[in-house]
Amino acid sequence: MDLVKVENFYKRYGSKEVHKGLSFAVKKGECLGLIGGSGTGKSVLLRSLIGLEKPDSGSVSYLGQELTHFNEDDFVSIRKKIAYAFQGGALFDSMTVFENLAYPLREHTQLSEKEIQTKVLSLLSQFGLAGNEKLYPGNLSGGMQKRVGLARAIILGPEVILYDEPTAGLDPYNTRKIQEMILHLKNTGVTSILVTHDMPVAFTVCDRIAMLGDGRIRAIGTIAEIEAQGENIIAKFAAGEKF
Amino acid sequence: MTQTLLFFGGLAELFTLILKNLKGKLESRLIAEQVFQIGHRSLPLVIITAASTGMVMALQYGLGLERFGGTIYVPRLVTVTILREMGPVFTALMLAARVGAGIASEIGSMMVTQQIDAIRALGTSPIKKIVLPRVLACLISLPLLVGIANLVAFLGGLAIGVTELKLDPQFYVLKAITNLSMMDYFAGFAKSFFFALFIAVPACYYGLNVQDGTKGVGVATTKAVVTSSIFILIGDFFLTKLFWVIEKWT
Repeated sequence: MDLVKVENFYKRYGSKEVHKGLSFAVKKGECLGLIGGSGTGKSVLLRSLIGLEKPDSGSVSYLGQELTHFNEDDFVSIRKKIAYAFQGGALFDSMTVFENLAYPLREHTQLSEKEIQTKVLSLLSQFGLAGNEKLYPGNLSGGMQKRVGLARAIILGPEVILYDEPTAGLDPYNTRKIQEMILHLKNTGVTSILVTHDMPVAFTVCDRIAMLGDGRIRAIGTIAEIEAQGENIIAKFAAGEKF
Repeated sequence: MTQTLLFFGGLAELFTLILKNLKGKLESRLIAEQVFQIGHRSLPLVIITAASTGMVMALQYGLGLERFGGTIYVPRLVTVTILREMGPVFTALMLAARVGAGIASEIGSMMVTQQIDAIRALGTSPIKKIVLPRVLACLISLPLLVGIANLVAFLGGLAIGVTELKLDPQFYVLKAITNLSMMDYFAGFAKSFFFALFIAVPACYYGLNVQDGTKGVGVATTKAVVTSSIFILIGDFFLTKLFWVIEKWT
């Protein structure tokens, strides 16, 4: 069954048409990679899946439920199930790491402070961030901020995670750590949509890849399926060639 | 023209959302934090401004009226002007500069670093978490600051009345207080609630509509201060007129 479905998605900024009728679907437990050149609207598409942006026309649905006409209040229940891992972490800089992670739990659960503390510290340990709970985001490295951002995104146990360039600008160690986390979450049955330029990560964690270009999906499928279509634009993109 | 319409439309929409979010549980901890930031931290600025205003006004009225032997009217003139106009207007302008700029730049920076998006993505409301505490804190803090400013300005006027105009302190206090009507107190305080909205709502609006990264934060900050100041000064005229009509009517 399709968990997330996008149909005839149009989006324009001024005179620039970013998306000209995209359609794709993601099945439960699947990891779909969205790749494409800069400015092809990958992040806009990802943001639209949880209502941070609205499409000009077309539809976005979750478990068959049409989201396009949802208002901010309607999206609250959806945003508990679909988490968004921001490119830069988007941590609240006036809060400590602990408070950042505790925020969704305090807002959406009835857990006691003791239970929240146990859960936050356990997750921090799982993400290799134990001992950093009292630090503010400004005192963390970029890689650590991304990991904290990812930990905050998954703390409510979402069914879907949207990753916006989770490994961009990271050193190999942090890239590997994030990749391991994505794979771990995928193995627990979480559905993922991953926007990335990091092709080794995309090839490792994604079940299927969708290539965006000229406002459309240029190719979608498993690597083998795309290769079988003849001109392998994903291989060209990965090699830095014009396609 | 389109920009102006969009601005007023945006302000109206934000104000509607603020009213809508007043229903339900309010974030008392966040409001208290903002009252501290907006109210308590503005105290030194407000006290200096008020003391200076009261002293200058007493001096100017004194010098002007001395020629006609009218220094005995200084206490009443200074006190009424402070209560009705200078207290609320100067305090609001100071707050627009300090707090309006602070709110716009803080929210603008949160927009640029996607923290506002993160609040939404985590299923919470930036209006409830960010905007409402600041607006309510302004509504709580400004009338209190105006009260303090009025008192300090009165004391400043008293100090000049006694030292420079050689008025008897008891006479000054008596003249200042006994000739006041309830409307003198009410008009100034009532204005402060409107001024609080004139400061907080445009500042939040500009902060939430930051574009073009950090450069946009600077632009939003400037616009917030200028807009709030204009709203306060123009609004003051209409509010004065309104209270004048009410006073005549009652």
